[in-house]
Amino acid sequence: MGVEGIGARVARKEDKRFITGRGRYVDDIKLVGLTYAHFIRSPHAHAKVKGIDASAAKDMPGVVDILTAQQLVDDKIGNLICGWAVTSKDGSPMKMGAWPAMAPDTVRFVGQAVAVVIAETKNQARDAAEAVIVEYEELPAVSSMTAALASGAPQLHPEAPGNVVYDWSIGDEQATNDAFAKAANVVSLELTNNRLVPNAMEPRAAVAEYDQAEEHFTLYTTSQNPHVARLVLSAFYNIAQEHKLRVVAPDVGGGFGSKIFIYPEEMVALWASKKVGRPVKWTGDRSEAFLTDAHGRDHMSRAEMAFDANNRILGLRVKTHANFGAYMSLFSSSVPTYLYATLLSGQYNIPAIYAEVMGVYTNTTPVDAYRGAGRPEASYLVERLMETSARQLKLDPAELRRINFITQFPHQTPVIMTYDIGDFGAALDKALEAVDYKNLAARKAQSKANGKLRGLGFSCYIEACGIAPSKAVGSLGAGVGLWESAEVRVNPVGTIEILTGSHSHGQGHETTFAQLVADRLGISIDQVQIVHGDTDKVQFGMGTYGSRSGAVGMSAIVKAMEKMEAKAKKIAAHQLEASEGDIVIENGEFKVAGTDKSIALPMVALAAYTAHNLPDGMEPGLKESAFYDPTNFTFPAGAYICEVEVDPRTGKVDILDFVAVDDFGRLINPMIVEGQVHGGLTQGIGQALLESAVYDDNGQPVTASFMDYAMPRADDVPSFRISHSVTLCPGNPLGIKGCGEAGAIGSSPAVINAITDALGHNKLEMPATPGRVWEALQLQQAAE
Amino acid sequence: MPTVKLTVNGKAVTAAVEDRTLLVHLLRENLNLTGTHVGCDTSQCGACIVHIDGKAVKSCTTLAGQADGTHITTIEGISAGDQLHPMQAAFRDNHGLQCGYCTPGMIMSAIDIVNRHGGNLDEQTVRHELEGNICRCTGYHNIVRSVLDAADRMRVSQAAE
Repeated sequence: MGVEGIGARVARKEDKRFITGRGRYVDDIKLVGLTYAHFIRSPHAHAKVKGIDASAAKDMPGVVDILTAQQLVDDKIGNLICGWAVTSKDGSPMKMGAWPAMAPDTVRFVGQAVAVVIAETKNQARDAAEAVIVEYEELPAVSSMTAALASGAPQLHPEAPGNVVYDWSIGDEQATNDAFAKAANVVSLELTNNRLVPNAMEPRAAVAEYDQAEEHFTLYTTSQNPHVARLVLSAFYNIAQEHKLRVVAPDVGGGFGSKIFIYPEEMVALWASKKVGRPVKWTGDRSEAFLTDAHGRDHMSRAEMAFDANNRILGLRVKTHANFGAYMSLFSSSVPTYLYATLLSGQYNIPAIYAEVMGVYTNTTPVDAYRGAGRPEASYLVERLMETSARQLKLDPAELRRINFITQFPHQTPVIMTYDIGDFGAALDKALEAVDYKNLAARKAQSKANGKLRGLGFSCYIEACGIAPSKAVGSLGAGVGLWESAEVRVNPVGTIEILTGSHSHGQGHETTFAQLVADRLGISIDQVQIVHGDTDKVQFGMGTYGSRSGAVGMSAIVKAMEKMEAKAKKIAAHQLEASEGDIVIENGEFKVAGTDKSIALPMVALAAYTAHNLPDGMEPGLKESAFYDPTNFTFPAGAYICEVEVDPRTGKVDILDFVAVDDFGRLINPMIVEGQVHGGLTQGIGQALLESAVYDDNGQPVTASFMDYAMPRADDVPSFRISHSVTLCPGNPLGIKGCGEAGAIGSSPAVINAITDALGHNKLEMPATPGRVWEALQLQQAAE
Repeated sequence: MPTVKLTVNGKAVTAAVEDRTLLVHLLRENLNLTGTHVGCDTSQCGACIVHIDGKAVKSCTTLAGQADGTHITTIEGISAGDQLHPMQAAFRDNHGLQCGYCTPGMIMSAIDIVNRHGGNLDEQTVRHELEGNICRCTGYHNIVRSVLDAADRMRVSQAAE
């Protein structure tokens, strides 16, 4: 490793523009003739749209046009799609209702758009929107899954009787029932995984422009995957052809999954730019983010675990209801199935697993992938079940886990996944030592003497990243392949541009990807420029989510670099009159091994572009590209331990210590990796203690602002103690597993397990607000 | 439309604005100072924080008219050419930012915190004082370290003056 190579804690190249206010986000973009869009949204959770009267609004100052849902229909603009086909256990395809970008006749959640005002200024668009009169006929709504599944419940979509999207299963039901039949002990638990709002700090935005002469569109948008946006907008929505549409995702202020999806607002802005013949900007405000960004989680589950007399797990049976909201978002169907139930084996040897998942429509905002996407729900279920089992079986929770850890790899679970490598015991040992586990009893006694209750909770999580082997996900219903592309351009003067299909919205790719190149060539990261987020520059890419940019995106760069280096070595050997096999690359030079003969990278590059003296038959230039398709998922795993103190008078929980030991495989920039863990842990702690998207019985969101939805703030979380326990991933050239989501996947169960340890019983749901913890304490006292 | 006169990053500015124009919109739309961000509509997140006469203020809840006659400093105005403000340098060196969206507000808020506490800061105070700034990326861990580091740097640079 060089000072800027793999493993170095290099300060980020991208930071200078962000700390000086020179970042360029979508809302910062101004175009000549720009107009502003403001959407008119349903105040009802379920209603018929009886009519829209825009006559007064049309004549208001600055109004350019008012476009309604009917015009989308008239222009044959396609409905929003769901890109992963999940099949129910009876063999029937999932039952999807149509989702038009603006609703022509029925609205199904509060905030669904029915029309849009385009005006000269943002305020004029807002003013006119106030004057548009929409007549609704309210319909009964269902805001919870329980209400949606009740007999006689109001129906959302005629296509989905009973409000059921699918009733899916995985695993061997008979084998699992047999395991339970011979169990010495069975532990069961009912769990709610609370609905969350992603809340990236930059609201979604779009700036769309149509060039009438070229019949060409440009869309600047807050996207984690601009190529996928272009593909979907062109292939399914009938707005622009793929070669007539450029999608640019410039600096994007956080995503966490919520900016994967192609939303109605971006579609409408693009369509409207042609309709009005001027560029259109839409920037969501925070209220719109709460109403329309895809939410996350929202499961209700019942789980049972069977143990033999030696406390070894025999089987796991799970029944989960997953709330999809009012429509099926782009990847929603895969989240509670292939991204959730396939991780239910956790870190444990479980011979038999059977899980059933029912997807349910409700009159709420659509739900899709949010940081972790299915895997946090799996780890929460498995790890709470392990903690509950330890309590019920009167075993040390660390010991129960250790007895059941998978220790032989590769390991085939009963739920599709083949874990390639790991050392779960090593991570747990390291975490136990870090928290001084053996003196926990003394600390508990000390807290008790101070009138507090102390608890410690574990979470030994595993997740699947490196999304994903295209053939495998294709066989499971995915509509796309999940490879990644890269292009290496060595310029004639020897500087390097890396074009990648990955997209950075906070992850620091401009630095880590440059470190990879610097490491291979022995040059400074300043000589490397990372180009991403523009479909006119990068040929194609699948974007960034599922912690895939390291394991998949960087592997594509490695492949392209290998091709470029092979050609460069040929050129160097030719110039040095040496054998190609004797050329080594060191410190930016191509050297003949064992001699003092060398030629610097810029001279090799120049030779490639002057083409005066190349090996016979060689094409000029030094540019190579590659597509990398992973062979397996990667499996980041780790051991998290949280120690809390509960004030029994108020129910307030203080996190005293949080230790995270992760196995992410090889770390490119440990500083950036730690930052990813800090952020993930805080989102998981937010879910455990603070955050919850709540609807009333009529489907009205009651937590649709930062006043009502408790985001974690600086004084809600502690400083974290992070370390690593590494096994290199055998499945990709760099040995990377991925680090973007682990913190959010592993931390919630550790927090809740710690609180339930302090309480001494399992009856606690997230978020564990002081009120809920206090109630749980009264439950305990009543039992005593 | 009424006219407001103010000084922004050391330059005199005169702008005709609607009565309802917020300071953040004057900065972003009229003056093209897009480093100041809008992250919410309820004065909670702090992405819009600027200094008005040296004090941290949320520019999304300040009317442009209220800033008439004041001196405004935005994120674009705190470095001297290529010489970063110690708070900017500390955020970079401690990886106190990821997506960068909350960062300008964090930095402007943090400078005010250090100014008010004279550099005598501890972790708990910093965490409490940052209550009005939301970050979704960093988990605050490195932001807190950045502010404490900058407090040291600012104390040293003040002592040297």
